[in-house]
Amino acid sequence: MGVTREEVARIAGLAKLRFTDSEAEAFTAQFQRILEYIEKLEEIDVRGIEPTSHAPAAEGEQGSPMREDAAGTSLPEADALSEAPDGAEGHFRVPSVI
Amino acid sequence: MVDLTSAADISQGVRSGAVTAGQVAEAALARIRKADGVLRAFITVDRERVLSRAEAIDRLQPGERAKLPLAGVPVAVKDNICTRGLRTTCGSRILGNYIPPYDATAVARLEMAGAVVVGKANCDEFAMGSSTENSAFAVTRNPFDLGRVPGGSSGGSAVAVAAGMCPLALGSETGGSVRQPASFCGILGLKPTYGRVSRYGLVAFASSLDAIGQMARSARDLALLLQAVAGHDPHDMTSSREPAGDYSGALSGAVRGLKLGIPREYFGAGLDPGVKSAVESALAQLEKLGCELAPVSLPHTDYAIADYYIIAPAEASSNLARYDGVRYGYRAEGAGELDDMYRRSREEGFGPEVKRRIMLGTYALSSGYYEAYYGRALKVRTLIRQDFQRAFAEVDGLLAPVSPTPAFRIGEKADDPLAMYLSDIYTVTANLAGIPALSVPCGFTSGGLPVGLQVLGPHFREDLLLNIAAAYEQTFPLTPPPLKV
Repeated sequence: MGVTREEVARIAGLAKLRFTDSEAEAFTAQFQRILEYIEKLEEIDVRGIEPTSHAPAAEGEQGSPMREDAAGTSLPEADALSEAPDGAEGHFRVPSVI
Repeated sequence: MVDLTSAADISQGVRSGAVTAGQVAEAALARIRKADGVLRAFITVDRERVLSRAEAIDRLQPGERAKLPLAGVPVAVKDNICTRGLRTTCGSRILGNYIPPYDATAVARLEMAGAVVVGKANCDEFAMGSSTENSAFAVTRNPFDLGRVPGGSSGGSAVAVAAGMCPLALGSETGGSVRQPASFCGILGLKPTYGRVSRYGLVAFASSLDAIGQMARSARDLALLLQAVAGHDPHDMTSSREPAGDYSGALSGAVRGLKLGIPREYFGAGLDPGVKSAVESALAQLEKLGCELAPVSLPHTDYAIADYYIIAPAEASSNLARYDGVRYGYRAEGAGELDDMYRRSREEGFGPEVKRRIMLGTYALSSGYYEAYYGRALKVRTLIRQDFQRAFAEVDGLLAPVSPTPAFRIGEKADDPLAMYLSDIYTVTANLAGIPALSVPCGFTSGGLPVGLQVLGPHFREDLLLNIAAAYEQTFPLTPPPLKV
């Protein structure tokens, strides 16, 4: 499957990334090689195989046990905001949306 | 002069009063000052914090101190594991000034056991890499050959232990990032069973694969370290409720009668002759100790890298969406509106390998490709897992190389991401299957580079792996060539 520069630009948009023209060129070639390699999975017949989507729980272990629905302590507001690039009055401030 | 090679001995000395935690900390800081200008194992060493932690241990009542299994033991912590009040960068510009407001559970448990975090160890950015060259801060060097990489992504942790700066380190694994640098640097490295060690405070890369791993210079120390951090943690919903084992108690050294499988797919084309010969000698030595070796097959091994490089980037693309310049981390200056701020912060904050993996993962999850890539990869993961289940129905554990080559040259694979990915061929399988695996030093190539033997076992059988490593290293001690620093 060939990957075009336009395709790379579209994916970069979805991932909120941006590349310069020269980066995009080198990247497209590397991306192409990696995709060609991972397409070797097509050799395997996976019909009827169940997916392992979450982490494999050990034999005999229940998946993800549920905890009691009770409120616990969480980070104090000041701590949660302490690393914000622009925090003010208990909020995270961002540039204008439109 | 304090000997920094054994955590058990340091702890014993501090508990008995033969040495103070302060003296141990000074010795570790002195070794770091001497060696780390060249090796660059650490991103952050906060001298005052280290000394004040050590002092706190020394101020305890002797009776209290005697209860600490890691009293005064200096430990390196990979810089993707959160330390409250101590910068945690993930080797990335985007978290270059990040000061976590909380401790990872593994760090809190280490400190409760009396350990002293001596510094934050260099790593590939967001643990994405196999050489530690992808760090935004420094290139870490292999102490056995300064022109070579220490492996990665936990390269700084491995070098800190290998170069005698501290006897223990925490690293993290998503596809071999503890075992591979351990093998490149001639120390032991363990990836525990998925869920065995809490990941609360480990910066997420690929959540269905990530594990906090342990590094040490002996099986005895590795057992002590695992014991301190293993066990259920309500802060991590993937943390197992299976009780932790008695890891130190498991080190009987008795391995007679164990049946160990040799997976033929791990000894095929591409395996360096020096690595092959060291691993084969180790197999023969284990046979002498009374282990029964049996050939086994893990038929889907050849698909593991392709499988891993769909699943891990897919999860990473989702996990790393949180770095958006809003709640913490780097924000680009002067962006006009929100979308521009997101894109510029991420463009300037992430390095090339992280962008590559976010792109791969976004592609694999995008509309029209999801089933062909991600959907198929999850099914292949089931097949890889079943390979191990079948093998463990026949044998107690598996023996294999850790990496197909010894430490490679700095820059050798930097422009060829696929070649770098392929160096993980023997390690990603344990992460995909969720099983424990460790690397124990088993010799040196003719060029004097360390080689690791990999021991893999069924879920929650860390005790078995540690005992095999202990029996092996006690009976056949190695004589490493001198370090370069």
